[in-house]
Amino acid sequence: MIKQIVSLHSFRGWLLTFGLLFAAIILLPVLNIFIPEESFFHIPDYMFPLLGKYLCYAMVALAVDLIWGYTGILSLGHGVFFSMGGYAMGMYLMRSIGKEGVYKSDLPDFMVFLDWKELPWYWYGFDYFAFALLVILLLPGLFAFIFGYFAFRSRIKGVYFAIITQAMTYALMLLFFRNNTGFGGNNGLTDFKRILGYALQDPSTKMGLFMITALVLFLSYVLARYIVQSKLGRILTAIRDVESRVMFSGYNTLHYKLFIWTVSAFLCGLAGALYVPQVGIINPSEMQPTNSIEMAIWVAVGGRGTLVGALFGAGLVNVAKSWFTVAAPDYWLYFLGVLFIVVTLFFPKGFLGFFKSFSIINKVKEPTNE
Amino acid sequence: MNSAEVSLKDHSIDTTHGCILYVENVTVSFDGFKALDDLNLYIDDGELRCIIGPNGAGKTTMMDVITGKTRPDEGTVFFGQNLDLLQMTEYEIAHAGIGRKFQKPTVFKNHTVYENLELALHADKDIWTSLLKRLNADQKETIEGALETIGLVEQKNIRAGLLAHGQTQWLEIGMLLVQDPRLLLIDEPVAGMTHQETEQTAELLSSLAGKHSVVVVEHEMDFIRSIANRVTVLHEGRVLAEGAMEDVQNDPKVVEVYLGS
Repeated sequence: MIKQIVSLHSFRGWLLTFGLLFAAIILLPVLNIFIPEESFFHIPDYMFPLLGKYLCYAMVALAVDLIWGYTGILSLGHGVFFSMGGYAMGMYLMRSIGKEGVYKSDLPDFMVFLDWKELPWYWYGFDYFAFALLVILLLPGLFAFIFGYFAFRSRIKGVYFAIITQAMTYALMLLFFRNNTGFGGNNGLTDFKRILGYALQDPSTKMGLFMITALVLFLSYVLARYIVQSKLGRILTAIRDVESRVMFSGYNTLHYKLFIWTVSAFLCGLAGALYVPQVGIINPSEMQPTNSIEMAIWVAVGGRGTLVGALFGAGLVNVAKSWFTVAAPDYWLYFLGVLFIVVTLFFPKGFLGFFKSFSIINKVKEPTNE
Repeated sequence: MNSAEVSLKDHSIDTTHGCILYVENVTVSFDGFKALDDLNLYIDDGELRCIIGPNGAGKTTMMDVITGKTRPDEGTVFFGQNLDLLQMTEYEIAHAGIGRKFQKPTVFKNHTVYENLELALHADKDIWTSLLKRLNADQKETIEGALETIGLVEQKNIRAGLLAHGQTQWLEIGMLLVQDPRLLLIDEPVAGMTHQETEQTAELLSSLAGKHSVVVVEHEMDFIRSIANRVTVLHEGRVLAEGAMEDVQNDPKVVEVYLGS
């Protein structure tokens, strides 16, 4: 097993992967703590939640790449899984505010505002982190499994599947917008104070959350790499290319699609849960149809079916977004649209594929079976 | 092939009456057009059978019915005496031991030749095995053997999409070999092949008969003459004639609809 994991990457690949992990969880904190603030190399406190947010997006891109890049199933509803993880974490964070809310009540502020007297039953348990964690780990995957079972069993594919996932995220967004659904309506969940007793405003908490996110992203990447490099990964790409051939070779493609769909949703939910404490809010706008479309664009821009491309694309598009929303907020969506069209027309393999085409080494596919 | 080690939840096929495939009274209609019209066909265990017929005679539809892609309006299809193929899904039928080569060569173009054979290989095909297990020595040997049979040893690490047309046809046949089915359905195996490749294919298919049952749909008459013991002629979704090649060739009904033209 360990041998198999080691063989996932070349020595250089592992060096780079661990180098990045090391940079995230050791180098950046060191630069923050030990380098004086005047120095060019000092990493300011506010960078950690920002970088942490990007890492969460990178995890989402990884999840989307597994299902779209490798298996050829375009989902435009991953915002739902992201939000499920996010809301579960948000509910725990709401409960850990205690009586320090604006109304000094044991209930979350929005419930007091709505004149609710008791906690709804589905909020029970979220006083405990362990329970919230369980929900984060299980709910997005379980929901995806049930949704996927019916969709894949009915052999819904391609653009029809994409449309259904858009409808799903839109429907859930509308549901969460309603005040009496019990998740804070359009304001969502916010004003969090602490996580596991640590104050969220504290720079060290922010740094800790960032380091955990980096570690989880690293583990997700290794998991995704393991999956795509196994025979199962080759079956997934075979399903993408000619599904009928895979069926006539004796594989139950329903199981394979359902498996990767569930794994993808699981990773996405995890990303959402890590996102919320760092950003400080979760609201239904995360389930806007455009959000899920943007997730697919990250992967398309970076390069489908490579994993690394997805990570790269999520970073690139979101750094651009951060810049635009400050410098020229009105033009962001135009830029995104143009970027998507240009990439689709001229770089169908994304930026990674574009750079790779310069390198001769990558033109010959390495043998994977010896 | 060491299939004893492969723990398959295989249905065992009962062929005590000597017949491996029973297609009885099968009718398929598309918008009123009868692609198959009360078709009856029996394939013996270990037999090599050729099926010919003009375009639209129902050859491909028949294969679709046997492999579960199309469900007939009427009739029964049994694999051996005990497996009702109409109650099974495509992958269950494949798993039970029916392999199919499509008319248009269908391989995994983004995978290497070796990986194509790996995916087709007769093995446990559930997700956990695929995720956790690597090929064992026997399985590697089977793949290497198949590579030699289909003459693609040197191309094994090349993407299948880069193969020449004839090589692609052979790769697909190789995928059927490693799948080790009891019954092979082969749709136009020599389309687009050179004369020499056609001869080699004829040899290969003849050598398979006995151990496997083989059903070949083909237009190329020389090819059929060189391999077939028995020929079935389909016409308008029915069996028009069946028998030895010489007899069929001289059958006036057949001459009228097909060979005479």
